[in-house]
Amino acid sequence: MNILVSIKQVPDTKVIKVNPKTNTLDRSSAPAILNPYDAHAVQEAVRLKQKHGGKVIVLSMGPPQAANAIRKCVEIGADEGYLISDKKFAGADTLATSYALYKAIEKLEKEQGIDLVLCGKHAIDGDTGQVGPGIARRMGMPPLTNVINVESVDTDNKLIRVHRKIEEGHEVIESPLPCLLTVEKTINEVEYAPLPNMLRAARYEPYVWSVDDLEDVDIKQLGLKGSPTIVGTMWPPEKSSGAEMIEGSTDEQVSRLLEVMNDTQELLAVKGGDGA
Amino acid sequence: MSIEEYKDVWVFIEQREGEIFDVGLELLGAGRELADKLEVNLCGVLLGNNVKNSAEDLYAYGADIVYVIDDPVLENYRTETYMKAVGDLVRKYKPEIFIYGATSNGKDLASAVATEVMTGLTADTTMLDINLEKRLFEASRPAFGGNIMATILCKKHRPQMATVRPKVMKKPEADFSRTGKIIEEGLGLKEEDLQTKIIDIVKSAKKSVNLEESDIIVTAGKGIKDEKGMAMVKELADTLNADLGASRDVVEAGLIGHAHQVGQTGVTVTPKLYIVIGVSGAVQHTVGMQNSDVIIAINNDPEAAIFNVAHYGIVADAFEIVPKLTAELKKALDKEGVTTNG
Amino acid sequence: MAEKFDMIIVGAGPAGSAAAYTAAKEGLKVLLIERGEFPGAKNVMGGILYRKQLEEIIPEFWQEAPLERPVVEQRFWFLDKESMVTTSYKDKSWAEEPYNSFTVLRAKFDKWFAQKAVQQGALLINETVVTECIVEDGKVIGVRTDRPDGDVYADVVVLADGVNSLLAKNLGFHKEWKPQEVALSVMEVLKLDKKTVNERFNVGENEGVSVEIFGEATKGALGTSFLYTNKDSVNIGVGTTLSGMIERKMKPHDLLEELKAHPMIAPYLEGSESQEYLAHLIPEGGFDAVPKLVGDGVIVVGDAGQFVNAIHQEGSNMAMKSGKLAAETVIKAKELNDFSEAALDSYRTDIYDSFIGKDLKKYRDAAHTFEENPQYFEEYVPMMNQAMNTFFTVDGTPKWEKQKKIAAKVTAGRGKTGLVKDMYKAWKAVK
Ligand SMILES: Cc1cc2nc3c(=O)[nH]c(=O)nc-3n(C[C@H](O)[C@H](O)[C@H](O)COP(=O)(O)OP(=O)(O)OC[C@H]3O[C@@H](n4cnc5c(N)ncnc54)[C@H](O)[C@@H]3O)c2cc1C
Ligand SMILES: Cc1cc2nc3c(=O)[nH]c(=O)nc-3n(C[C@H](O)[C@H](O)[C@H](O)COP(=O)(O)OP(=O)(O)OC[C@H]3O[C@@H](n4cnc5c(N)ncnc54)[C@H](O)[C@@H]3O)c2cc1C
Ligand SMILES: Nc1ncnc2c1ncn2[C@@H]1O[C@H](COP(=O)(O)O)[C@@H](O)[C@H]1O
Repeated sequence: MNILVSIKQVPDTKVIKVNPKTNTLDRSSAPAILNPYDAHAVQEAVRLKQKHGGKVIVLSMGPPQAANAIRKCVEIGADEGYLISDKKFAGADTLATSYALYKAIEKLEKEQGIDLVLCGKHAIDGDTGQVGPGIARRMGMPPLTNVINVESVDTDNKLIRVHRKIEEGHEVIESPLPCLLTVEKTINEVEYAPLPNMLRAARYEPYVWSVDDLEDVDIKQLGLKGSPTIVGTMWPPEKSSGAEMIEGSTDEQVSRLLEVMNDTQELLAVKGGDGA
Repeated sequence: MSIEEYKDVWVFIEQREGEIFDVGLELLGAGRELADKLEVNLCGVLLGNNVKNSAEDLYAYGADIVYVIDDPVLENYRTETYMKAVGDLVRKYKPEIFIYGATSNGKDLASAVATEVMTGLTADTTMLDINLEKRLFEASRPAFGGNIMATILCKKHRPQMATVRPKVMKKPEADFSRTGKIIEEGLGLKEEDLQTKIIDIVKSAKKSVNLEESDIIVTAGKGIKDEKGMAMVKELADTLNADLGASRDVVEAGLIGHAHQVGQTGVTVTPKLYIVIGVSGAVQHTVGMQNSDVIIAINNDPEAAIFNVAHYGIVADAFEIVPKLTAELKKALDKEGVTTNG
Repeated sequence: MAEKFDMIIVGAGPAGSAAAYTAAKEGLKVLLIERGEFPGAKNVMGGILYRKQLEEIIPEFWQEAPLERPVVEQRFWFLDKESMVTTSYKDKSWAEEPYNSFTVLRAKFDKWFAQKAVQQGALLINETVVTECIVEDGKVIGVRTDRPDGDVYADVVVLADGVNSLLAKNLGFHKEWKPQEVALSVMEVLKLDKKTVNERFNVGENEGVSVEIFGEATKGALGTSFLYTNKDSVNIGVGTTLSGMIERKMKPHDLLEELKAHPMIAPYLEGSESQEYLAHLIPEGGFDAVPKLVGDGVIVVGDAGQFVNAIHQEGSNMAMKSGKLAAETVIKAKELNDFSEAALDSYRTDIYDSFIGKDLKKYRDAAHTFEENPQYFEEYVPMMNQAMNTFFTVDGTPKWEKQKKIAAKVTAGRGKTGLVKDMYKAWKAVK
């Protein structure tokens, strides 16, 4: 069973800083990492490969440095990596991104056959979760989002059964293969990679494709041109009039706080009622 | 495609077993304002099995028209059926704006529909507006580590779509005197033709905590540092009979489960009292709690952004003030206990 | 069977990367193992990089290395409670190629240096901890890492794992360092915009200063503190020997906070924002603390070999030099296919013949002199300040009278002969 995992390199949003004066991003300070959800997707693919055979292929769209994110996937156990990288892809929103990835997957599907596509639930930079379902729609595959468990794969009948997280719990759903899953972090633990994988990853060079390496591409659907959404204005989040600051010694602060909480009427009543 | 042909504001109404999710009603409230500005109809889109009866309820929350597809195949959400249903409706009736609740299924559906009808989609928005001059939908969301809000536009494609987090918009008062119109359509799909099958729906034993329902929440941020700080905050919460909330950093540090995370990627809460300790106040956190009735923030940094959304602020070391506050509260509650008993 | 390399280097600091670069360039099959998320992720250094030793490895490295500013002026501040005596040396030629030294941020620099080694063909893996050397018949034949299937083999293992060097300790090359042999240093990177740095330190666009601070900074304990200018930040740090801290019951963090708040220092830092806080040990044992450096199939380099000149705050240059010497030794050993202790022993003699051995020897007594005679830090710096105060405060007293007063004060402190002896000792220690 060949499994393709679509992965993205993202700035570590925990470290990213915004200059409050200019409203611009200080990206340089944020290290680029493999989108954490995608790491779980790769781990799941490796787990399925170990059970059912085949290979794990990772695919990413991004600048040349994104090769590092692909190497990270090789550490986890991916067999092959493809990076589609071209100025024409730049500035893509989720619709244009899913188009470019779809074109690459289509080619890989033709060359080696793909039985399952995995994505992360969302990328932590944009946090949209739109690319996965977009790829699925274009590939004509059923998308199964927010997957927390792959219960079984029946390679003979080409069926997969997964658990999808929903608000009230989860649903068990069955789909024919090929299909596309987007995975939650809880689906597995990313394992500490064995040393031979580390050595392989350190040496690994992914295949790099430009637009010209893809077939029948409609340039108009790529990059900035192919993106229906654009970012309008950016502004710092609205500041309200600000809080009433409670000053004084700790004791004074505490007693004023109690007053405030008392004023929030129901408060003590709730507790009193429960305690009775 | 001529974009002038597209009008009306649509809201996807998510339901399960005929019960309508609150987020759909909240979005009708927000959608009403948009529709009024544009002087167009506000429409609900209700899909399911035996849901027609619920359609009329939507008038009370602001809908002028409700599009209904009632079909056994739509009993439970599946991307392939819902995407087809919504896609058909969009192609036929051409909405100008289409908003969905950012639930698991809402996001899934919106993403699939965006690709199906080839249009733009803005995820997880927290503010919606109209630029009347350009007749454009302005959907805004926090971006990049939370220090920035960005407005996303979709100029040349229709519908202009967005997902909106539950509880960010206010559910409108119901007005049962309002009336409207139902437009029913068929689906044209048979169960045998479908690829995916729902085998089972497993409802988890009631969520260990459901902050969305809480009246009082005491939230811990990274400023509480470790287990000891967490225990300290928990004691305050217990004393107040409150539920525990947490910032993402605290959840990621493994100090508490994800169900307690408040904010963009956690839950959105609206308690009567929200006490927030050692949280810096990144927008991703504040979008999830800013509609609380009373917000009290404790932070040792006078510049902390959390004070911008708080009603009461205390600049203090949490490790000093929280134990004292807990002790004083215990005393006060004891007294109260005595009076009620006596 | 696990893979075998010509050389495995543990630790991608300046020493390790220098060794990896040198060996890989000569075509050796080299593996560089780093436990951090990337080289430099956790590495700490005040931030002065001396040109010479890196230039020997990568000529004209300043054209491409991520450097902050060339140092054009070295300042020395002798700090009392509310005053300071300063002296400095500025050199125009230091502002031009080939420069003399640079300020650097290790997180950027180490990453770059390791990447240079990778470009030469070395293999680098991060986030991997070497837990022990694999020893067979008394010979080191490889290393064990904390990863599954984690063994990997080599003709020679180079230990570049920094000051603690648990690996060398496990091999019995040295004992636990004594508290007076290591200093604990804490430092903070404070963000300050470029223009402010230029103005406050009175330097041009691409010029920097190093400030070494004595006296009050360490509360009289043996040690120094520093303030270095980066592009748009400054590094401030303070370090003293562990023994000094234990005796005076000082916490390093408090020392740094007090230093930052000191009325002479605070104005330089006003409006800055903390970016990073780091703590690290510095070997200060000097010549006498150097451990066994060579064994069968193993060589110790850099801080792991205690190659630090505590007086002049030099370490990274010695680390690079020793890494280069180690690689050259292995290259020679490879030709003869002999990796025994005897074959590798030329590394030891190379070290002692180089400036490393010579400098360590020269300053052999310095640390002891200061450690055993705390008056250098405890008394003389305040004394200098008082003297200046007396001399420069304009109060109508004739200057010659002031001089007499100063002399009287100074000698009252420690008696004339004591003072002369101290001066002589100090001079001998650092000359
Ligand atoms: C896509 C995305 C989604 C996100 N979703 C969420 C989300 O859903 N929820 C969420 O919370 N975050 C979310 N975040 C993260 C968010 O941006 C912030 O990083 C996070 O909220 C910070 O957590 P914090 O305030 O606890 O920690 P910090 O920012 O580290 O703040 C700690 C605060 O504690 C104060 N403090 C320290 N010591 C003390 C003391 N002794 N006494 C009192 N105060 C003290 C400090 O002054 C500081 O203000 C998201 C980020 C991204 C990029
Ligand atoms: C505050 C301070 C200021 C200083 N100022 C200066 C200065 O201005 N100029 C100067 O020249 N020198 C200075 N030094 C000294 C200088 O930093 C060191 O001498 C130099 O970094 C030594 O290099 P190294 O490669 O031997 O060790 P390190 O730089 O310590 O590198 C060791 C590496 O090994 C890795 N490692 C350790 N154990 C393992 C393991 N088991 N498995 C895998 N990896 C491992 C570590 O993560 C690290 O990356 C200063 C030091 C300090 C602490
Ligand atoms: N540039 C990209 N290259 C490859 N995969 C991507 C890219 N962007 C998004 N993805 C995939 O789509 C998922 C959801 O991303 P997003 O829609 O941006 O939140 C990610 O977890 C990846 O699996």
